[in-house]
Amino acid sequence: MQIKGKAWKFGKNIDTDAIIPARYCNTADPEKLAPHCLEDADPDFVKKMSAGDIVVADENFGCGSSREVAPITIKAAGISAVVAKSFARIFFRNSINIGMPIFESEEAVYSIDEGDEISIDPTAGVLTNHTKNTTHQLEPFPEFLQDIISLGGLRYWVEERLKSAA
Amino acid sequence: MGMTITEKILAAHSGRDEVYAGEFVTAKVDLVFANELSGIVTLRVLREWEGFERVFDPEKVVFVFDHFTPNKDISTAMIVKELKAELDQYGITYYESGRNGIEHVLLPELGLIAPGDLILGGDSHSCTHGALGAFATGVGSTDIAAAMALGETWLKVPTTLKLVYRGQPPKWVGGKDLILHTLGKISVSGALYQAMEFSGEAIDALTVFDRLTMANMAIEGGGKAGIFAADEKTLEFLADKGGREGVVYHSDPDAEFSDVIEFDVSDLEPQVAFPYLPENARSVSEASDVKIDQVVIGFCTNGSLHDLRQAAKVLEGRKIHPSTRAVVIPGSQNVYKQALKEGLIATFIEADCAVSTPTCGPCIGGHMGVLAAGEKCLSTSNRNFVGRMGHTESEIYLANPAVAAATAVAGHIVSPEEVV
Ligand code: SF4
Repeated sequence: MQIKGKAWKFGKNIDTDAIIPARYCNTADPEKLAPHCLEDADPDFVKKMSAGDIVVADENFGCGSSREVAPITIKAAGISAVVAKSFARIFFRNSINIGMPIFESEEAVYSIDEGDEISIDPTAGVLTNHTKNTTHQLEPFPEFLQDIISLGGLRYWVEERLKSAA
Repeated sequence: MGMTITEKILAAHSGRDEVYAGEFVTAKVDLVFANELSGIVTLRVLREWEGFERVFDPEKVVFVFDHFTPNKDISTAMIVKELKAELDQYGITYYESGRNGIEHVLLPELGLIAPGDLILGGDSHSCTHGALGAFATGVGSTDIAAAMALGETWLKVPTTLKLVYRGQPPKWVGGKDLILHTLGKISVSGALYQAMEFSGEAIDALTVFDRLTMANMAIEGGGKAGIFAADEKTLEFLADKGGREGVVYHSDPDAEFSDVIEFDVSDLEPQVAFPYLPENARSVSEASDVKIDQVVIGFCTNGSLHDLRQAAKVLEGRKIHPSTRAVVIPGSQNVYKQALKEGLIATFIEADCAVSTPTCGPCIGGHMGVLAAGEKCLSTSNRNFVGRMGHTESEIYLANPAVAAATAVAGHIVSPEEVV
């Protein structure tokens, strides 16, 4: 999938209640969750963004609850990737598991302003800021995770194991 | 090289003699659990997986319905109904209202946690169980699905941040105050990806319930786990629960820690965390002008019998302030029963508190005490994020149960000393 779109900037410690408030979590249906994406951080966010856009945040993005519907909601809303200085660890795992592209880079986050046109090449680990004409290296994933990602997510990692156990 | 408690537990569960921070391991789990909100996603994920027929061991999987139960609306009721039908098929035990509790209060009561265990929960506060000498961590629904299918999970061995508490905690100061004070020092990302290991003579002096409160909030520092070496108090706590014996681990003297932080708690005042982050901790004496509309006592952080006793000590023979609403929620059915026997429930009701059956309810703005715009709530829970308990323009202050009870009486935040 191509990752290209406009950057929407958020501050640090954006928690899972801001990403998808618990009051909407009485459903696990992505279509019903998507309209509330990041609502408590910016009530108009879903109205303003377009499909393919990229969320750019400061440190500890996704802290708080273990709710997997947090990355599910962001993905369902049409966001193509989240770039942050750092992620809370459960959000990090959940994103890898559900195939929501996430990337860490202090330098990239620092240089991006809201509205900048961004594209990301996940294989090369490079982020290009077309508005500013700059490129930035993204933090590579550890090898173990790259294996899970290249298998296509945790599901396939589990299925491989179930097969070899059978 | 020496190992930390965390490294020892993860080594033992991945069939290795030693593992160190930074390594990736595939480790066997002793218990996997989920609630209705994380669990529904887990079961839907499992249905899709090729080759999945049954869970690895139904005895080691438990579901607790606690977040929006007793079902707060039709949508929740549909989720719980769907879960029950499927869990019955897999032979997995679940706990419904009336028999349940908030998962992190209930599971230790049931004897399902033993020292040295590796516990995986579909809830971020699963780190609570580290108070009993286990490595316990929260993950999302797909990770729970994988562990239910395989009996294993992948983990990166975390570095350990060692926190040492000196001195004796003063009266009305407990685990909640120590952890809020700690978060105030290290921040909500101060332990990101790390295990927080708690020790020192102040910790030795704490009840197991206070330690559960502290481990519960390790996630509020970004931690992967909060861990305590099991001691005599732990073993005594576990003795009548009918669980497994477990293995007691200690960190080696030459184990490597990312950092060691020392606190002297001899003069610590009860702490209050101001909106909108648990790291905004201040002494209660600096919070006394805040008028409070609602007080809630309970939750996975402070819903134990010990916590209710602390609150009852303050509320005994008193009435709550006429303009304040106070809700008391025992952490489990068992806590509720014991509190009834000890007369604590009578104390709460005589004081004009609303007493609820166990539920997370208001902690996540579900039911049983949702906040209006502009309302201020003093809660014994663990998170005071924007909109957590209701309207985005409401405010949450976090404190221990005695401060909560005193605040309910005064109508504004006060130290229990000023009320008792
Ligand atoms: S009481 Fe609150 S923090 Fe604890 S498990 Fe329930 S929702 Fe989560």
